[in-house]
Amino acid sequence: MSGKNVHEHGVEVMEEILDGYNDATAKDRKKKIEVVKAEDVKCGINSNRKIRPGVMSMRGCAYAGAKGVVFGPIKDMIHISHGPVGCGQYSWSARRNFANGIPGISNFVTMQITSDFQEKDIVFGGDKMLTNLIREADQLFPLNKGVSVLSECPIGLIGDDIEAVSRATSAEIGKPVVPCRCEGFRGVSQSLGHHIANDSLRDWIYEKDVKGVEIEDSPYNVALLADYNIGGDAWSSRKILEEMGLNVISQSTGDSTVSEIANLTKAKVILLHCYRSMNYISRYVEEKFGIPWVEFNFFGPTQIIKSMRKIASHFDEKIQQQTEKIIAEKYQPQFDEIVSKFKPRLDGKNCMLFVGGLRPRHIIPAFRDLGVQVVITGYEFAHNDDYARTLEYVENTTFIVDDMNEYEMEKLLENFKPDLVGSGIKEKYSTQKQGIPFRQMHSWDYSGPYHGVDGFKVFARDMDMAVNGAIWKKITPPWK
Amino acid sequence: MALRQIAFYGKGGIGKSTTSQNTLAAMAEMGKKIMIVGCDPKADSTRLILHAKAQATIMELAAEVGSVEDLELDDVLKTGFLDIRCVEAGGPEPGVGCAGRGVITAINFLEEEGAYEEDLDFVSYDVLGDVVCGGFAMPIREGKAQEIYIVTSGEMMAMYAANNISKGILKYANSGGVRLGGLICNERQTDREDELITALATKINTQMIHFVPRNNIVQHAELRRMTCVEYDPNCSQSNEYRTLATKIINNKMLNIPTPVSMQELEDLLMEFGIIKEEDESIVGQKKVS
Repeated sequence: MSGKNVHEHGVEVMEEILDGYNDATAKDRKKKIEVVKAEDVKCGINSNRKIRPGVMSMRGCAYAGAKGVVFGPIKDMIHISHGPVGCGQYSWSARRNFANGIPGISNFVTMQITSDFQEKDIVFGGDKMLTNLIREADQLFPLNKGVSVLSECPIGLIGDDIEAVSRATSAEIGKPVVPCRCEGFRGVSQSLGHHIANDSLRDWIYEKDVKGVEIEDSPYNVALLADYNIGGDAWSSRKILEEMGLNVISQSTGDSTVSEIANLTKAKVILLHCYRSMNYISRYVEEKFGIPWVEFNFFGPTQIIKSMRKIASHFDEKIQQQTEKIIAEKYQPQFDEIVSKFKPRLDGKNCMLFVGGLRPRHIIPAFRDLGVQVVITGYEFAHNDDYARTLEYVENTTFIVDDMNEYEMEKLLENFKPDLVGSGIKEKYSTQKQGIPFRQMHSWDYSGPYHGVDGFKVFARDMDMAVNGAIWKKITPPWK
Repeated sequence: MALRQIAFYGKGGIGKSTTSQNTLAAMAEMGKKIMIVGCDPKADSTRLILHAKAQATIMELAAEVGSVEDLELDDVLKTGFLDIRCVEAGGPEPGVGCAGRGVITAINFLEEEGAYEEDLDFVSYDVLGDVVCGGFAMPIREGKAQEIYIVTSGEMMAMYAANNISKGILKYANSGGVRLGGLICNERQTDREDELITALATKINTQMIHFVPRNNIVQHAELRRMTCVEYDPNCSQSNEYRTLATKIINNKMLNIPTPVSMQELEDLLMEFGIIKEEDESIVGQKKVS
């Protein structure tokens, strides 16, 4: 970085970026970029808006949000990508949602099931075919506990009545069939898909009173909501909660079951990890069943300990004492060991972090625990309330961008030359070709878990491996 | 003579299929080689020519064999009265699927299979109701029908529809070269019907190409699944269709339409006393008790 005041430098870069646009785009993008100082209390970014034509966005679509994020990880449901084959095929197993169970028997997460629409189905409608598909799938996989119908664009265009098919087939097979109107053309990003999927769960699971297995009532029953078990995240989060003395009766949607989803309403407190994708259902359950929900963050020692105490504060002394006990006796020593090993190797490095709608702010403190400063960040599809929450975690001057595009990313890399970039697969190779270490932070780059105590160990190792990898010494980037 | 592609549009139930089949039958009598492409999921655009209620349609057969690529032209092309070739696009039952996509698929199939390369004088498209979506505009898009004839009557809704359809034509007039050939007035015995349609035609920059009088013999013929021209060649109605056929064959007036606004159309109807002037002062006012 240059010797200039960091904030001034940021503003200069912002102006340079905006200079490259035509007037209309510049006017729009100006509202999406901000250089915030540590002492700022407000982030004025205007988010969750349509992308500008002519730029390559990192965003996905409503179907991606509903199938890939919310429904896909539920392991004992058959998830039907309803429409032409491509959407299902190219989103197949892309998110690494781990799930226990035997594939094809009690676990269908690794399968791609699609109605493979043909021209004749568009013209004559696909309702009959969908009915047959659900019947056949139920016969082939009799241990499934339900079906979801994830509608692709053409279904919305031709107006197929997937709700009627769902009602009829649900009665026939005696299991929940959940239609989800997540046509890709709806909304501005995958974020609307999360919302639509939450609404489908509300209307077709909770409102229809689908029953989960019997649960022994206990004041320590909690639900772990919106952990997608990427690389085993939820398992490692669950371990902490159990060691605190809590009883995780429902885990969703990573490594989840229909029964666990239904049992969400039996929890005493709902613990919400990914606020952006499932706050809708927690708000609904709070309103309808009076169950409180708590946001928490299990990335990195500082936030893990803070979140454990925050969660414990909702329970009695016994839990609180147990929490302090395991922090002091078990976790703190482990954290110290990890930090003492990796912090010296990472201290003082700068990072650019750009993914989803929640993770950047959750991961900033984990990086800080390792001595890495996140200097550029932002979200693909966050809403204004996410930006408001972000400043809580920002402790240094930070360049924040909403819905970053490839041009802006290039400009930022050129100007800030970060030591590490964390973003998606589309950004990975262009960044590495510039000689900058990169980690794919959507699916943990074939690694994980990153949540919890076990996760932090892997996270620290991976970041060290990326930044200090021997390969980068062999590459001379263009500016050196 | 070069192949001319024409299309009949108009409000649902106005008599497009009856008028077009009778006129095309009359054209066939004059030695013209004709193919009819029915673009209506009801598949009744060729019934009077084939004496059959509905033939196997392109989309139905495609659904049976799996995909449209597996179809042969001979499977769908039927020959009827005076060797008129007939084909129906077909489509879904009302309320399901996408009929518009069916029309697109069917017309692409005909083109790919070279259905238009035969020694033909006229290809005629018979399209359902309004131009509700892109699929039903397919026949007026690039390289398809160049001349559009709108069947209408002196009824208000039929005129609204005619004006709307001409908006659709205008949209593709510059890119695809489609032109409006004229309005065909299918008599409904409303007041001053021919004058009104002539006035409308002038307003939208076209002609009333013919006034087809109402005659019950058309119904008699239809019950026998025949055109009037075939059922009773000597009746006066058959001669009307022959006149219309001659006018279409010799038609040189192919214009870009100038559709009018709703207001202008209502003014025209008011001028002819079809609708009365509204008292604007009463709009939105409660009843005084």
